[in-house]
Amino acid sequence: MIWNISNINQIASEVLEEDDLSVKSALMQRLAQGFRLTVFDLLHRAGSGHWGGSSSAAELLTVLYFHILNIDTENPRKESRDRFILSKGHGAPMLYTVLSARGFFPLEDLSTLRELNSHLQGHPCMKKTPGVDMSTGALGHGLSVAVGMALSAPLIRQEFRTIVLIGDGDLNEGQTWEGIMSASKFKPEGLIILVDYNRVQLDGSESEIMPTFPLIEKFASFGINVCPGHHDGHDVGSVLDAWDWIGRQTKWPVAVVFDTIKGKGISFTENNHRWHGARVDDLAYEKGYLELDTRFQELDKKC
Amino acid sequence: MLKDSGISMRQAFGDALLELGAIHPDLVVLDADVSGSTQTIHFGKTFPDRFFNVGVAETNLVDMAAGMATTGLKPVVSTFALFLALKAAEQIRNTVCYNQLPVILAGGYAGLSDSFDGASHQSITDLAIMRALPQMKVYVPFDPSHIGQILEHILKEGGPAYIRLSRNPVPSISQQEIGFHPDMPVRAAKGAHLTMVACGIPSYMAHETVAELKKKGFETDLFLVTTLKPFRGEGIRQSLEKSGRLLTIEEHTVIGGLRSAVLENTGGDLSYQAEYIAIDDTYCGTGPYLELLGKYGISKKHIIQKAIKLLQA
Repeated sequence: MIWNISNINQIASEVLEEDDLSVKSALMQRLAQGFRLTVFDLLHRAGSGHWGGSSSAAELLTVLYFHILNIDTENPRKESRDRFILSKGHGAPMLYTVLSARGFFPLEDLSTLRELNSHLQGHPCMKKTPGVDMSTGALGHGLSVAVGMALSAPLIRQEFRTIVLIGDGDLNEGQTWEGIMSASKFKPEGLIILVDYNRVQLDGSESEIMPTFPLIEKFASFGINVCPGHHDGHDVGSVLDAWDWIGRQTKWPVAVVFDTIKGKGISFTENNHRWHGARVDDLAYEKGYLELDTRFQELDKKC
Repeated sequence: MLKDSGISMRQAFGDALLELGAIHPDLVVLDADVSGSTQTIHFGKTFPDRFFNVGVAETNLVDMAAGMATTGLKPVVSTFALFLALKAAEQIRNTVCYNQLPVILAGGYAGLSDSFDGASHQSITDLAIMRALPQMKVYVPFDPSHIGQILEHILKEGGPAYIRLSRNPVPSISQQEIGFHPDMPVRAAKGAHLTMVACGIPSYMAHETVAELKKKGFETDLFLVTTLKPFRGEGIRQSLEKSGRLLTIEEHTVIGGLRSAVLENTGGDLSYQAEYIAIDDTYCGTGPYLELLGKYGISKKHIIQKAIKLLQA
């Protein structure tokens, strides 16, 4: 199968219609790679945007929106829905692609990314894009907002989960640690913290710019019920295992650290901080697309 | 000496929250370890399930409230005005205002009212900051008895709002007014010689000068403004057309507060002479509240001096 914008819906609906988890897992792995191809294409077209952090979150967002979240694309503001906050808002191109494929808005909209009058802003805006639960972009906000949302659930007599995805930049921000302390104090039920831990920031590696490792120990010492081992954030099977673990927890809030690779899927962008927000020029596009597509074909054969 | 009306802004705020909490089950209050000072502690004791003390963490305070507001709750955020407007400015802009969330931001101990704690605690630029944010509404009560009504008004209107509160007891001038409404400037005196516009605590000083100026033969049109944004300047403009003289009075620096709001809303083809009572573009110091206000040019004496200067020009 060839990946292109016109068959996203077909591949996405295959995932949603599949009941057998092992088959669904392979389908989601392929879908996530398809989303990477789409995002790379969109960023080439737009001439700006963040490839590194988008690619890093492909599998995490795919599993969330196609397997985990209780959402209603016909009623994006449904009171009982699960909430999701992309605290690392520069992953917007991946979020938009996933939201669109999930049915929140037409695929054609994706090509307007970052354009004048587009509802797809450079960073997510909840007032403009259906399915976005919180505007983000400036780092460090997501966890605090998530604590507030999760604490609201019993007050409005709902039982939704609140899931926040944070990245390395968020972990540099002091506010994230204020949020972690308040999460630990108030212990809101249903608050789930996911870390897209690619360990590369804009200016360089996490160890070079602002060390945050070891994260699991830090979270645990702050009183968070953190999954004791890292998970592979690019292996759908490992991501599903993490969600199994989350499903068994009764102590809130919970956190899972996912090892990921910034710029995943293209040899010259992987772990390369310059690809945090570098422009995808014609040459990079040609070489990168080929690598992504090769992998897509491999995953397609497993479906 | 300050004429004690028996109640301070913070006390009135604490009492109002208690009353509103009983009526509005969706009202929640968040404080940053100053609930005893801001008086939100009483709400916390009465409605413990709806009260969140987040510790000394103002950025988290504001964003938690924003998260709650997305679910339909009506959060009131309370801490010292200085820390709210400056430490949490980015959260207020990017999360609360950008998303037009109904969060009430209550800035306590504003102006020089935390007088003995000194410049590090004195909020004299908060109005400029809050006014500059799109979607934000800015309320500066001048009488403690109005606070409940203002909060009710904000809850009804929805959207982000900042309410500036003061620490100390202030004289109540409500009895002498007619028909207070949060959105409309109160016309506390009528006269054709001078247009005086005041907000916040120094409003009572401005009010007291009217009679003294009258003895000297000058009639003052006095407007007491509660809502700095959106600003209703029609009445003030009409008054300026007659008087040609403006005196603004506020407990804020000269940049971005009431003076700026009046100038922004009465400019264009209208020309008039203007003076102001405001704090210079500086940091203040420690001392008793009223004496400190006087040191930085905010007193009845200063108001009269500036008024006479304008009237004799």
